[in-house]
Amino acid sequence: MSSYAAGRGEQEIHVLAVDDSSVDRALIAKILRSSKYRVTTVDSGKRALELLTLEPNISMIITDYWMPEMTGYELLKSVKESSKLREIPVVVMSSENVPNRINRCLEEGAVDFLLKPVRPSDVSRLCSRMR
Amino acid sequence: MESDRLQKLYIDFASVVFREGFLDNQYTLLQQLQDESEPKFVLQVGTLFLEDSEKLLNGLRSILDQQDVDFEKLDACVRKLMGSSASIGAKRVKNVCIAFHNSCKKGSKEGCLKYLQQMAQEYLLVKRKLETLFKLETQIVAAGGSVPLLSQ
Repeated sequence: MSSYAAGRGEQEIHVLAVDDSSVDRALIAKILRSSKYRVTTVDSGKRALELLTLEPNISMIITDYWMPEMTGYELLKSVKESSKLREIPVVVMSSENVPNRINRCLEEGAVDFLLKPVRPSDVSRLCSRMR
Repeated sequence: MESDRLQKLYIDFASVVFREGFLDNQYTLLQQLQDESEPKFVLQVGTLFLEDSEKLLNGLRSILDQQDVDFEKLDACVRKLMGSSASIGAKRVKNVCIAFHNSCKKGSKEGCLKYLQQMAQEYLLVKRKLETLFKLETQIVAAGGSVPLLSQ
């Protein structure tokens, strides 16, 4: 698990970003940190679930859709099926605009679906949905 | 002043890079995100992109070398490169990825081989452009100047 923390202890909002692309992890982390959120990044759904068992105060999960082994949709489902994790808002990102995929994620409980590349304005609109 | 000269060189070079479609405004966004807390953000993301792309291109080659091409695996690689090239603003690479992705969906080995070759060429071209931009950015900062924001 590779993680970046903003390093400022007074920040309350901790976002978990999940993406198998190192480029996209760096980008989403920077956009989130520029909005003053504390960020941890992981490169798979499996590592995301491992971290979630250790870190209780995640305010939001932002996950890529297409990842090997466990897709963002499967991660979303796991989170929503867990009594401990289901209240954490989940946002899904994808570089493809596929309406069925977007609807499926929203129906499964995602609070938003962002098209990549993600921009600061996309993150601003997530602010009100943080736990 | 040296930094003025370098800034002009940078803007002139970058104008051509943008005009010829190698990079788009996503690159400008990366520049806008760069700040004192991460003064080398663009260089870091650019370097990640170049490293990732080399690995993905090698991966694509080895999948296409097989007798029976696994088009799903191929497409997964292409989608990854499509995503990262879009994130850095490497427009021409991204556009070849889109065409490659369509060939994967059709199961066309011939199409995929053609686009792999194109992709490799576009990657080398954008790599040279990015390396030159990074070198100029470093020189501008070393000369006490600030890197101009670029736009399409």
